Amino acid sequence: MTINAKGVYYRDLNEQVREAVKNGAAEVTLDNVNGQRYIADGLRGKATITINGTPGNDLAAFMDGPTLVVNGNAQDGVANTMNDGKIIINGNAGDVLGYGMRGGKLYIKGDVGYRVGIHMKGFKSQIPVIIAGGAAGDFFGEYMAGGLLVLLGIGRKKGEPIAGSYLGTGMHGGVMYVRGEVDPRDCGAEVGILEPNEEEMAELSSYLKEYCKDTGHDYDRIMKEKFIKIYPKSSRPYGRLYAY
Amino acid sequence: MNRTMPPEFRVKIDQEKCRKCKRCLMSCSFGVYSFADRVIPDSDKCVACNRCVVMCPEDAITIHENPNVYRDHPNWPLSIRKNVWKQAETGGVLLTGMGNDQPYPIIFDHLVVDACQVTNPSIDPLREPMELRTFLGRKPDKLEMEMTGGKPRLKEKLPQNIKLEIPVIFAPMSFGAISLNAHKSLAMAAKESGTVYGTGEGGLHEELYDYGPWTIVQCASGRFGVHSEYLNAGVAVEIKIGQGAKPGIGGHLPGEKIGAEISRTRMIPVGTDALSPAPHHDIYSIEDLRQLIYAIKEATGYKPVSVKIACVHNVAAIATGIVRAGADIVYLDGFKGGTGAAPTQIRDHVGIPIELALAAVDDRLRQEGIRNQASIVAAGGIRSSADAVKAIALGADACAIGTAALLALGCSLCQKCYTGNCAWGICTQKPELTRRLDPEWGAMRLNNLLRAWGHEIKEFLGALGVNSVESLRGSRERLRGVGLDAQTLDILGVKPAGR
Repeated sequence: MTINAKGVYYRDLNEQVREAVKNGAAEVTLDNVNGQRYIADGLRGKATITINGTPGNDLAAFMDGPTLVVNGNAQDGVANTMNDGKIIINGNAGDVLGYGMRGGKLYIKGDVGYRVGIHMKGFKSQIPVIIAGGAAGDFFGEYMAGGLLVLLGIGRKKGEPIAGSYLGTGMHGGVMYVRGEVDPRDCGAEVGILEPNEEEMAELSSYLKEYCKDTGHDYDRIMKEKFIKIYPKSSRPYGRLYAY
Repeated sequence: MNRTMPPEFRVKIDQEKCRKCKRCLMSCSFGVYSFADRVIPDSDKCVACNRCVVMCPEDAITIHENPNVYRDHPNWPLSIRKNVWKQAETGGVLLTGMGNDQPYPIIFDHLVVDACQVTNPSIDPLREPMELRTFLGRKPDKLEMEMTGGKPRLKEKLPQNIKLEIPVIFAPMSFGAISLNAHKSLAMAAKESGTVYGTGEGGLHEELYDYGPWTIVQCASGRFGVHSEYLNAGVAVEIKIGQGAKPGIGGHLPGEKIGAEISRTRMIPVGTDALSPAPHHDIYSIEDLRQLIYAIKEATGYKPVSVKIACVHNVAAIATGIVRAGADIVYLDGFKGGTGAAPTQIRDHVGIPIELALAAVDDRLRQEGIRNQASIVAAGGIRSSADAVKAIALGADACAIGTAALLALGCSLCQKCYTGNCAWGICTQKPELTRRLDPEWGAMRLNNLLRAWGHEIKEFLGALGVNSVESLRGSRERLRGVGLDAQTLDILGVKPAGR
């Protein structure tokens, strides 16, 4: 079903979306979305929601299952504490993406802002994945506790950094892959940098194939450049901080 | 054994009384006792939790403070010297548990409550109805009625509120900081007594989902255990910004406490530290807070949202921002609030007392005409029904008790919560210790405590000549200060005794 979001107050729009999903709609299209917040927040089930336009902040916060396709840019707080589901953003996205994310996938075609993937978690088979096609701002993967965070740096001009400062500060779980180089001075003291091994590259490339299919990026071109792996040196970075 | 520091306590065994049953060896979780023909205590390890003393069938154990004296120095009490020694040895940040143990003035103890004499009759709560029922949450600015089918009806739906049978709730303490059995005790008691308990920031164990109607779930900076089902499991959602024991500080649940169950609910590997960042990294402003409040409301069908803050200098201004951001409850945690682990210096030196913060917040919300938009929960140093009555008279809608609840479960305030060795099975995740706390027994004791406080609060109300806790709320005229300076009285909005 299709909902015209033009001029609709966010509360009414979200109520309509929830109602549609509750009534069993497998596919919902939202046209003319322009800044409405909290779309699909806490939404469960397996529906696919296509968003044409620019959704507002906190898209898919606490979401648990549905698939969202954004044809446009997204703003701040996408996938905040998301549990499960998939979000494809065919554009750029703002700050604080995937904060405390617990599962599901967030694929962004373009650039992302500051504080992306802070405190992502992971447990056994439930592994949250964020892949950003462009560059990222400061505090990428801060406090990261689990999951997979990938930065591709596509479309950046020569000499432009792929990520900002404080990358992986306080990281104590999960893994990051960055396509290109990062200056160790921009990384948190808690992380190490290695070349990914074959097994790791195989896992990464399976995600990247899916990502390219979803976002239209060229897989072969992406794989031409080298990846680095950023990992936490300790699962207890502050274990020796205290006097007992 | 550490020779630079004397043992804090001396453990003495009366060898004549001792039957060598070794209950003390089994009871002690700090490794004080060994056995070689007789029980041999290692006083260095004793924390004075008194588990062994209580368990000894012969009453053969005594624990004393170490009587050895050092030369007195008023600027360097032994406690401070010990801290320096400990840090010189370890190079670490001093850790502690429970609330601030420094001798700051306790303002509650300088407030007295009014009573009726001669000119206005007092009420006997044993014979006349006395209302303790309390609703937490937003109250509408006005009520509009319309006639439908010849009957008056409310025009608009009332905002969701939490119904309490007693204006005392259990403070949020996480599964992680405390054991599952402690959580179960709180949940069962909340149900039985018609109040609520808070989950703290450690998620909700699946066995406790049935207690949803008596649960406030928490969403804190680590977002541990937060998902859609969890947010919808309780009657309200609490956003924890700060904690009275450690304002501005995040939490480090040490890897030692992350066993299989905690690992599952928090979604981090066994043995990793559970790090809660100091701020929520999606909240850097009141506008950001509003965004999270409404994201939660959207995800939960507009359940009440509570925002918990530590009481700090500008608490009144912060609280109005919180209410204007859309919070339905403001939870104020004073600097005497408890903790499972906090840096000692922060616990003892950051934040302000609940009495002053509460009065300042209630004043400001009234001045701005938004007091009805949110309820106030006062916490951080509520030790008795008298404290609760005084807090309600200062403007609280309800009080929260954490330390008092743990005491009811057996806690002896040894302040070693951060070690994970709690001998009472409360603040630990070790299975051999957690099984010491039977949830049914714990719930019974918590219920007893609330029943007793409920009776006492009714006695206060009866003495005051009012028949509902609603009539006491914010009624500072019924309080007087004893031995408080003029400025403190002014902030409290309370007259000195005799006026």
